[in-house]
Amino acid sequence: MKILTGNDLLTGLVTWWDGQGWSPHVDDAVDVGDEAETILAREEAARRVNASYAIEATRDEAGKVRPAHIKDRVRALGPTVRPDLTLKPAEPEALNWVI
Amino acid sequence: MYKYDNYDQEMVDTRVAEFRDQTRRRLEGKMTEDQFKPLRLQNGLYLQLHAYMLRVAVPYGTLNSTQMHALADIADKYDRGYGHFTTRQNIQYNWIKLEEAPDLLADLAKVEMHAIQTSGNCIRNISSDQYAGAAADELVDPRPYAELLRQWSSFHPEFLHLPRKFKICVIASDTDRAAMRLHDIGIQIVKNDAGEIGCAFYVGGGMGRTPMIAPLIREFVPLDQLITYSEACLRVYNRYGRRDNKYKARIKILVHEMGKDEYARQVEEEFAHLLEQGIEPPLAELERIKTYFQDPEFKTGLTDKADRSDENFARWVDSNCMPHKTPGYVAVTISLKPVGGIPGDASTEQMHVMADLAKEYSFDECRVTHAQNIVLPHVEIGRLNELYGKLAEAGLATANIDHIGDIIACPGLDYCSLANARSIPVAQKISQRFAENGKGETLGQLKLKISGCINACGHHHAGHIGILGVDKKGTENYQLLLGGSEAEDTSLAKITGPGFDEAGIVDAVEKAADVYLAQREDGERFLDTYRRIGMDPFKEALYA
Amino acid sequence: MPDNLGTSPNEVQFRFREDEVVDHPAVTVDSFLDQSNAAAVRIEPGDDTRELLPHLGRIKLVEVNFPGFMDGRGYSAARVLREAGYEGEIRAVGEVLIDQLAIMRRCGFDAFAPADMLDETDAERAFGLWDNVYQKTTDGRAPIWQKRHG
Ligand code: SF4
Repeated sequence: MKILTGNDLLTGLVTWWDGQGWSPHVDDAVDVGDEAETILAREEAARRVNASYAIEATRDEAGKVRPAHIKDRVRALGPTVRPDLTLKPAEPEALNWVI
Repeated sequence: MYKYDNYDQEMVDTRVAEFRDQTRRRLEGKMTEDQFKPLRLQNGLYLQLHAYMLRVAVPYGTLNSTQMHALADIADKYDRGYGHFTTRQNIQYNWIKLEEAPDLLADLAKVEMHAIQTSGNCIRNISSDQYAGAAADELVDPRPYAELLRQWSSFHPEFLHLPRKFKICVIASDTDRAAMRLHDIGIQIVKNDAGEIGCAFYVGGGMGRTPMIAPLIREFVPLDQLITYSEACLRVYNRYGRRDNKYKARIKILVHEMGKDEYARQVEEEFAHLLEQGIEPPLAELERIKTYFQDPEFKTGLTDKADRSDENFARWVDSNCMPHKTPGYVAVTISLKPVGGIPGDASTEQMHVMADLAKEYSFDECRVTHAQNIVLPHVEIGRLNELYGKLAEAGLATANIDHIGDIIACPGLDYCSLANARSIPVAQKISQRFAENGKGETLGQLKLKISGCINACGHHHAGHIGILGVDKKGTENYQLLLGGSEAEDTSLAKITGPGFDEAGIVDAVEKAADVYLAQREDGERFLDTYRRIGMDPFKEALYA
Repeated sequence: MPDNLGTSPNEVQFRFREDEVVDHPAVTVDSFLDQSNAAAVRIEPGDDTRELLPHLGRIKLVEVNFPGFMDGRGYSAARVLREAGYEGEIRAVGEVLIDQLAIMRRCGFDAFAPADMLDETDAERAFGLWDNVYQKTTDGRAPIWQKRHG
């Protein structure tokens, strides 16, 4: 599926398009089909997101969204060398999902 | 060290006000991101993988304790309790909010610091020898010249929209501790036959996609023409540097394509013309700056012996202390490379500790090195035991300077949006491996440098052993390089062959180290053995 | 390429000269060098400004085009002209933005015809922002080092 991501303009933090707005959690990301450009143009213009782009991803049975490229998986979790600063500090195994 | 006068202070204050206004216009929608991006970059603000990253300038790597404390406070107030010291002798914060960036810059300005031109297509922060003012082998302290250049290059109206970034380095000894010839302009302060001090200009070096060692463009530029000659070098570049292809836009490509002689000829022409324009500050300005770089009041009659009965201490002295020009003193390097740690990272607490120690043991001064460590430049030998104890308490007493554990590593794919692969985990695993197998010390001087992509922020071309992260069909892969050096014997490392995965690269480094251990002759460093025996024995061991 | 590609006086948004606005169609550097009657010329980023130096006497207006604001060759072009003694109008045209105004002034531009009109308040603020400067150019401002040493 195709999902949208970018960084929050004010905080710079990673965000994912959840169909209504922007969420810090990749699992909230929704398939935008061929709407990517329309949504991104609108959201950038409204300054709700910065440096946004569309990527390929898959969703497994448990509902977990996994971006196709490692760079976006690192973005989705946080720095792999500082688990304490990732979105899942209590789950060291989250690292396996990235690599 | 240099102190701002009212003018310098006003310049950084105005810059903060300017950036505050630019940020406002961006947030109000009066500017697009494309228009804003170069402005924020020239204030050190990048958008990285997880957040904005802010790079603070540490001019020629010199800091006082107040400034180091301020850097620690910023890590706490605006970031997540740590900072990353870089190969450009700067510090970066990884989790900055755009809306808070102007306040952060205002806090910096209060301690005579800034983030001006730490990124963007302009003249960047000027780097220098971390032992300036302390090294026994230096001709003069190179920093006053670097400061003169800093002021000239700050907000230079003609050179804020260059084809590409531009890095200048100034050193003043034959031993090169700052990778001088791998800069866009490398300046070595020299003495001519008449005994006068002047500058040798090396132009067109650099790492990145097309690494090049800068050729000598002019043997001697008199001190009262330093700025004028620099301006001529930059003008020729600004006019003729390529703008059609980002990867060919650095001055190294211009000098290479034009030929160094033709480039030098054009610079001479421009120089002759600019000499008539009266753009050079008077020598009195250099003298004024020099007064800030006078020696601290070194004591005399000090002991030159430390108590070496503690084995760990003795090992630390041997690897982390460097001879000083003044009897009774040494320059101490604090390693930011603990075994398994993140190269160059320091926590808020560690920065506070280093600031306090700089104040107590080193005349209120510390330095950032291009190898991502911190130097206390003037420490009494008789107080080393005491200092070591305090460093050890703060986890800052790793004894590994220039050893295989003292790895240079760029942020890589853990933080950097341009990365192909992660650098930090590789560094961590290598330092752990060599701590466990005990070979680290036996290997002696072995400089290992890792970059997460071809941009080479981790200086992999200049490593005795270099590692370059590449993308192999969506997975991380690492190329191994051998034989580079950033020192006075500058050379570019060569790729051994096919790359390795993460576990494979750690093994490969160990195999290369073993070849050296088996083949080295008396007193040879890894690099010397490699230069003597060549690549083949290493290839055999690696790919057999 | 059409020969009269210059901006007209009513496109000039800011001007720091007392004389009449020059109203003369600017031609390319090549055409200028070919004809003896042109009094206005337009410099594109790749042009060699030095070719104009023998003809400064008959030039009343130089337009320096910034097709994109990131291309900084125009800054050197303006300085080269001023350093050669040219005193006529140097007009920045094309992608001229608020945050480049002050440095353009420093390099010798004294008229601005931005492709998109700029916010007057923001522009005024930008022109007046820097009380001091570190470098000497031909704009007549005393650099900080000169003030320090009298
Ligand atoms: S070398 Fe590449 S990955 Fe490493 S910091 Fe530089 S740009 Fe980023």
